Amino acid sequence: MSFWKIAWRSIEQRALASSLTGLSMALGVALIILVLVIHNVFVAQLSNDAQGYELIVGGGQGSRFEVVLTSVFHIGKPLYPFPYSFYKKFVGDGEFAPYVEAAVPICLGDSYQTDDNHSFRVIGTRPEMFTAIPYGLDDDGHELNYQFSAGRNFKVENFYEAVLGSVAANRTGLKVGEHFQPTHGISAGDTKHDGFEVVGILAPTGTSTDRGIFVNMEGFYLGEGHAMPAKEGADDAAASPPPGEPSESEGNGPRPLPESQREVTSILVRCNPDLPTAAMFIEGRVNKGEDRVAQAVAPRNVVRQIQDSFLDPVRVVLLVLTVLIVVVAGISVLVSIYNSMSERSHDIAVMRALGASRAAVMGVILVESILLSLLGAAAGMLLGHAVLAVAAPIVENYTGITVRPWDFTWQELLLAPGLVAFASLVGLLPAMTAYRTDVAKTLGGAR
Amino acid sequence: MQPLTWVYDASFPPVTHAFRMLALSEVRKSYVEPDGTQLPILDVPQLSVAAGEQVVLRGRSGCGKTTLLNCIAGLTTVDAGKIEINGRDVVKLPEAVRDRFRARYIGFVFQTFNLLPAFSALENVLLGMTFTDQRADPQRAAELLKTVGLGHRLTHKPRALSVGEQQRVAVARALANKPVLLLADEPTANIDPAHQQQVIDLLRDACRQENVAMLLVTHADEVANQFDRIEYLEQVNRAAGVA
Repeated sequence: MSFWKIAWRSIEQRALASSLTGLSMALGVALIILVLVIHNVFVAQLSNDAQGYELIVGGGQGSRFEVVLTSVFHIGKPLYPFPYSFYKKFVGDGEFAPYVEAAVPICLGDSYQTDDNHSFRVIGTRPEMFTAIPYGLDDDGHELNYQFSAGRNFKVENFYEAVLGSVAANRTGLKVGEHFQPTHGISAGDTKHDGFEVVGILAPTGTSTDRGIFVNMEGFYLGEGHAMPAKEGADDAAASPPPGEPSESEGNGPRPLPESQREVTSILVRCNPDLPTAAMFIEGRVNKGEDRVAQAVAPRNVVRQIQDSFLDPVRVVLLVLTVLIVVVAGISVLVSIYNSMSERSHDIAVMRALGASRAAVMGVILVESILLSLLGAAAGMLLGHAVLAVAAPIVENYTGITVRPWDFTWQELLLAPGLVAFASLVGLLPAMTAYRTDVAKTLGGAR
Repeated sequence: MQPLTWVYDASFPPVTHAFRMLALSEVRKSYVEPDGTQLPILDVPQLSVAAGEQVVLRGRSGCGKTTLLNCIAGLTTVDAGKIEINGRDVVKLPEAVRDRFRARYIGFVFQTFNLLPAFSALENVLLGMTFTDQRADPQRAAELLKTVGLGHRLTHKPRALSVGEQQRVAVARALANKPVLLLADEPTANIDPAHQQQVIDLLRDACRQENVAMLLVTHADEVANQFDRIEYLEQVNRAAGVA
């Protein structure tokens, strides 16, 4: 009969106490799983959100973090914009155009409030946002392009068309063909703009795009408060689109805002892949000078900094807390086994009388401690992932963050040997008690 | 109960010559009182049991019978003397070796049976096989239980067995490793008179058939009188009157 079976019989014998001890271990391990998975999801989310382009060109007055937070994650107050003419350096015959494969302008400052007072950012942009820039990479490193779960991309000539991210569509309830009015500013109560028609809803991407409402930049510019005052003597001609796009002034619709009155909050820049130093070149040129109007930021570096500065320390704190929980659970294993030692000393003495060495009875107790911890840990892993499985669709629906509940992290693999070592440690005290059992006294035959 | 048809293999037992299977010589054991004084418990100049011999050990309560059995089994260390079992002085063996020796060569039947409550009858017998160098043999354990009349009770836990049945499991467990010496400490003390004789018959027949030496402690005259040789501890133990 193996030590495992002997230990298992002992666990069975004290089913209630063993179950409660195992449960405390399971809860501790489940918390560790949740911390690990949630942290990994956040890291992946951060990295995903900043994929598809090498640079963000944003207002020169803010910090690098603000540029990334407002442009990529749609968090915080948008930076002061820069003139449209600066954007034109990245397209057509502009100074940086040879180094650029795609440059997508972004205009921020509007929002849309749901009935339950949830606010979504309204982002003025161009259709290339969904055609020229991928939103991430698959497991094989291939680029993932935006797909529409309903409708189509907006057209540059239709000023009042909009595309919704999957979460924004779910939460606002807006459907293709419906209209909505953005609010000026990023809080409720401000002026309402002209209505936009939803023409497309994006398939989920697991990025911050899912939470965005994207409107045609031409319509955005025509909203109240979006135009810079016309300068005397400035060219008030309608803006001309980049080559390849039809002119929006051909029809009878509204005239586009003159370029001199336009501003851009930021530009997502996908560099020319044939020029490996393109990003460095653009970054160097844009950031040169003290009175710069804009700054170029490599989002991946900033994301890494955010991760190093904020997420990793938070994870360490959370992990320390959960490890403490596991330590408490381990102590409960110790207490449970140790308390049972007096009632089990008779069984141990019988085993010794049958020929079990001191080391053997010690081994049985250690195996019991390990078994109890491992069973608790296995239950904890199952519990942790089950909680994630239940929560994943809700989280995805509300935040657009994709959680893959049954993906196991490499850190989890360390749990098993770690717990065996830990269980051996906590089992040592009761095991020593077993080791020291006086057989003759315990079996009641002193004389 | 089935007729006793034991299942030992042909090579058993590893007796080297027809001799004293158990031989004690000048065995002394004393306990330390709380005030530090030594209280002699055992002072046995000579005691031996031949291979296959069945000996009853009698004596008044507290005269050291159980201590003597514990010393022979190696559960209690002696202060001095020699205890030879199958030609080996167990006193000189290191503890771990003595444990293995006990598991392999000594069977022990206790007054209170000492079955483990979490284990079935079969598992209790298997447990007796666990701590030897040999592999536990479930088939042999089952056959032993059938032999003691418990073939239909293999999976029953001790609490589901009668007192007599529990002691029969204990006998099967004691014989599981084909011992050369069986020590029985008042094996019928907790059994009703109707079943006492069954257990005694079981022990005697098993030991007789397999040439196992037996040293049995009992207070019961009706049990002791069945044996050819009775040793009174007061006579063999010079310390018996001290305690």
